Amino acid sequence: MSERRTVFPGTALPVLLLAPQLLLTAVFFLWPAFGALTASVQRSDPFGISTTFVGLENFADLLADPLYLAAVWRTLVFCAAVSLLSMGAALLLALCADGVVRGRVFYRTALIWPYAVAPVVSAAVWLLMLHPQIGWLTPALEALGIAWNYRLDDTQAMLLVILASAWKQVSYNFIFFLAGLQAIPANVVEAARMDGAGPVRRFATILFPLLAPTIGFLLTVNIAYSAFETFGTIEALTQGGPGQATQTLMVKVYRDGVVNLDLGASSAQSVVLMAGTMGLILLQARLMRRRGDAS
Amino acid sequence: MSTGRVLTHLVLALGVLLFLFPVWLVFAASTQEAAAISRGELSLLPRLEGLAIYPQVLAGTGEGAQHGAVWRMLGVSFAMALGIAAGKLVVSLLAAYAVAFFRFPLRMAGFWLIFLTLMLPVEVRIIPTFEVVADFGLINTFGGLVLPLVASATATLLYRQTFLLLPDELVEAARMDGAGPLRFLRDMAIPLSAPNTAALFVILFVYGWNQYLWPLIAVTDPGLQTIMVGIVRMIGIEGQTYWNRVMATAMLAMVPPVLVVLAMQRWFVKGLSEGGA
Repeated sequence: MSERRTVFPGTALPVLLLAPQLLLTAVFFLWPAFGALTASVQRSDPFGISTTFVGLENFADLLADPLYLAAVWRTLVFCAAVSLLSMGAALLLALCADGVVRGRVFYRTALIWPYAVAPVVSAAVWLLMLHPQIGWLTPALEALGIAWNYRLDDTQAMLLVILASAWKQVSYNFIFFLAGLQAIPANVVEAARMDGAGPVRRFATILFPLLAPTIGFLLTVNIAYSAFETFGTIEALTQGGPGQATQTLMVKVYRDGVVNLDLGASSAQSVVLMAGTMGLILLQARLMRRRGDAS
Repeated sequence: MSTGRVLTHLVLALGVLLFLFPVWLVFAASTQEAAAISRGELSLLPRLEGLAIYPQVLAGTGEGAQHGAVWRMLGVSFAMALGIAAGKLVVSLLAAYAVAFFRFPLRMAGFWLIFLTLMLPVEVRIIPTFEVVADFGLINTFGGLVLPLVASATATLLYRQTFLLLPDELVEAARMDGAGPLRFLRDMAIPLSAPNTAALFVILFVYGWNQYLWPLIAVTDPGLQTIMVGIVRMIGIEGQTYWNRVMATAMLAMVPPVLVVLAMQRWFVKGLSEGGA
């Protein structure tokens, strides 16, 4: 970790400057995290009058609950699909945008603005495209012989939430891929071209390895995005249904904790999510260090 | 033009269309009659007289207006986004300045605590956070809406990086002139990190504006309802949805963050891709 050589003397002032952030961290992170840990090893009666210490029973219940395990698996599939789809589309667009001269500014702006689209707005957009009654694409799908109704069909519901979630995330990935591509020295690519390497070969042997740190970084960001920020998209589109077909872990925490008020189970789920996110953050920190070394 | 170049432009044009067309559709739908949309008769052409839905939605009048005035929701979302962005910027800048420009006991411990904990999104700790905010009596208050979202490790990290890169000569010159740390902060550190601040402002404003889960559970008072919560309520679960109102509100919800991104695109793209926010 690098440091400044010249610094100011004193202890009171920097402590004072750091205090607001530390205070916010303590109140809105450490305290709730501690609360979640405590609640996850307790069980309260339905009226919330008494609580008893139950050890790891809530966690054991979670791991024995087929519905929870199904939600874990579903979340993994959902995260993988959203990340691959949005990163794949973004990489393709960035590769194209990196090469063009004419219309450069236009293309770039037209592909960057969707960064501002909210998960909930993305849901509204895709309702309009694919709603069984009002969807603009629905008649076309029916003409193709597809009985399109994501309110009844589990797979279609999953496809819809994946599509709406990935759509919104393409811009973010595009910005990073374009920056990554522009950081690659032109003469490296030029040398490959002179050696007679075609576009596919150039991509596989030069661009892809050089983009690897960007891809690794984006993968962690996209997994975190799919796991948490898509809550609004899913809630507006399917509320986790039909049945539990689109219920990701985040939707389940909300259902169990806020709607059904099962705090013990929900806290245990929160603790598992926190542990998972911590792992992802540590991975990201490692990747970011590598990314820093490369530049 | 070579085939390769034609193909490149074709892919890019399709990409542009992939985002612009659905938004056009949202706009067109907002101007049509609710009943027509419900019957599945969605036209690509906007109805000029249908534009009257915008003042109606904003004022919360007309058929299907039971969800309240959208101008109020816009106001709450705007205040919340500004509050989160401004709060995060100030808190992070001060913390990063302390960590970069001083040596004091437990400095790095404090820094890593902020880094490790605050990158956990609020969604992960949603229910325990709700309980803490409720303990403070902040449910249904503006403070309760904003404060839990203010702490941010990303901004602290980005400011620290910028501060570490400020040349030593600047600090030495300032000290020779007898300028203390607060004066250096005001005259040098803050102005010199302005591009950073601009980029972070865009990122944080959009983050705040687009929040859904926290405002959903932290607020039940209709007067503090954000536009995102409003849209989901308007969509509803079953029965009569006034799709024209939903789509008009979605358009209105898109305008402010898109304008912020477009207006500050240059700084935003640079700051985002360099900082990895």
